[in-house]
Amino acid sequence: MGISAIIAIILISLGTFFMAVGSIGLIRLPDFYSRAHAQGKVDTLALILIILGLVVLEGFTLNSVKLLLIVAFVALTNPTGTNALTNAAYRFGLRPWFKRDRGDRKKRGGRK
Amino acid sequence: MHQYFVYLAVLLTIIIYVPFYRVVTGPTLYDRMLCAGSIATNSMVIILLVGFMFNRIDMFIDITMAYAGLNFIGTIAFAKYLGSTLKSKKNHGN
Repeated sequence: MGISAIIAIILISLGTFFMAVGSIGLIRLPDFYSRAHAQGKVDTLALILIILGLVVLEGFTLNSVKLLLIVAFVALTNPTGTNALTNAAYRFGLRPWFKRDRGDRKKRGGRK
Repeated sequence: MHQYFVYLAVLLTIIIYVPFYRVVTGPTLYDRMLCAGSIATNSMVIILLVGFMFNRIDMFIDITMAYAGLNFIGTIAFAKYLGSTLKSKKNHGN
């Protein structure tokens, strides 16, 4: 096992860790606006780390260039999509979660 | 390395069920769409790992690119639709 395989395994394992953290954040966080952080930032970082690990494993070929294209596309579009969805929720009037609502599950995700 | 990819694909398949819970029991419609995007991101990684397992990465990369584009277009269309036309409906979500 060469040095590139070790770097690839470290990057891919780190990316899987961030993917798990983002998925747990989608369950644990209290309202939609904070869940958008878990999806828009952490998942994008996880995908970038995993694909960079695959690029290191693949070497300098046409496939690694295409993988870097996927990285560029996802890094542009995943936060953009999350931003558009959050903007739609804000314009609809979705109420954000405040600290004084703690324990009051009915107020989560209600209308303004 | 092949064995590592198999374990990783199984782990990511287990991780997919965590946002799937939020898709099923989300309080609002936006939560469901957000977690569907998270599932799509997970699936792109699994498709790439399957491509590395089968040594056919040149074919699976194109599938992943198409999947990323479809995910983005779906999210944008959903946000546009909900932001423009559903303002008058009272009881959507919650």
